[in-house]
Amino acid sequence: MDRIPILKLGKALLVTIQVDMHDRLATALEEDLTAKIVAVGAKGVLIDISALEIVDSFIGRMLDNIAAVSRILDADTVVVGMRPAVAITLVELGLSLSGVKTALNVERGMALIQSRLEQFDADDED
Amino acid sequence: MPTTRTDRLDIRSSDDVVKVRQQTRTMAVEAGLSLVDQTKIITAASELARNTLDYGGGGEMRLEVVEDGGRRGVRLTFEDRGPGIADIAQAMRDGFTTGSGLGLGLGGAKRLSNEFSIDSKPGIGTKIMIARWKA
Repeated sequence: MDRIPILKLGKALLVTIQVDMHDRLATALEEDLTAKIVAVGAKGVLIDISALEIVDSFIGRMLDNIAAVSRILDADTVVVGMRPAVAITLVELGLSLSGVKTALNVERGMALIQSRLEQFDADDED
Repeated sequence: MPTTRTDRLDIRSSDDVVKVRQQTRTMAVEAGLSLVDQTKIITAASELARNTLDYGGGGEMRLEVVEDGGRRGVRLTFEDRGPGIADIAQAMRDGFTTGSGLGLGLGGAKRLSNEFSIDSKPGIGTKIMIARWKA
């Protein structure tokens, strides 16, 4: 079965979703990410959905789940690159992704994660 | 209401749900829908296709590019021979689900469409029609 690649960037994980995901692929990503957060001790997860033409309730729930699970595992999830039409549609669908941090693009998302990493490092030095 | 193009798709697996989205996009572009309207009807189609699969035990979808008095749109009809829905008002309510989903599918699909109709009989099956018109 296909898998969505997960890249490690320091203490962060980067996922770029480039295909129209069928449900099993989305579920596999959720499991793979959870395992990888623990394996590498990741503090941040960046999910780039700029290539996604739609986010339906299934994918929305996947994003919510990933954010909730990573929070329990002490990692922050930031979803970046949502298209404006997708955002409008999601709200009308009834999903606000209230548990998910978002940023406009990869750069801003990385900055969010980076600021948390710096705080984590500072705490370490105390 | 004249139909300028019709297509059919079987919905038997989650790969078919992806095909539903792709084929709906093709039809929405052909009908001249704006990007936001395309996104809405594709998302609604994805919700209904998954319902057909998960609750109806699979079924089929008819896609049409329709014209009515000079305006164009996309009409999608989902049909299954599953257990049917006993209480449609309850099923339409956000958050209600008999499965493991979020319970946004039916209500969400209705909000994302200009027209919505549902016909369901317990033990016989469910038929849902949605349409989105070019603004």
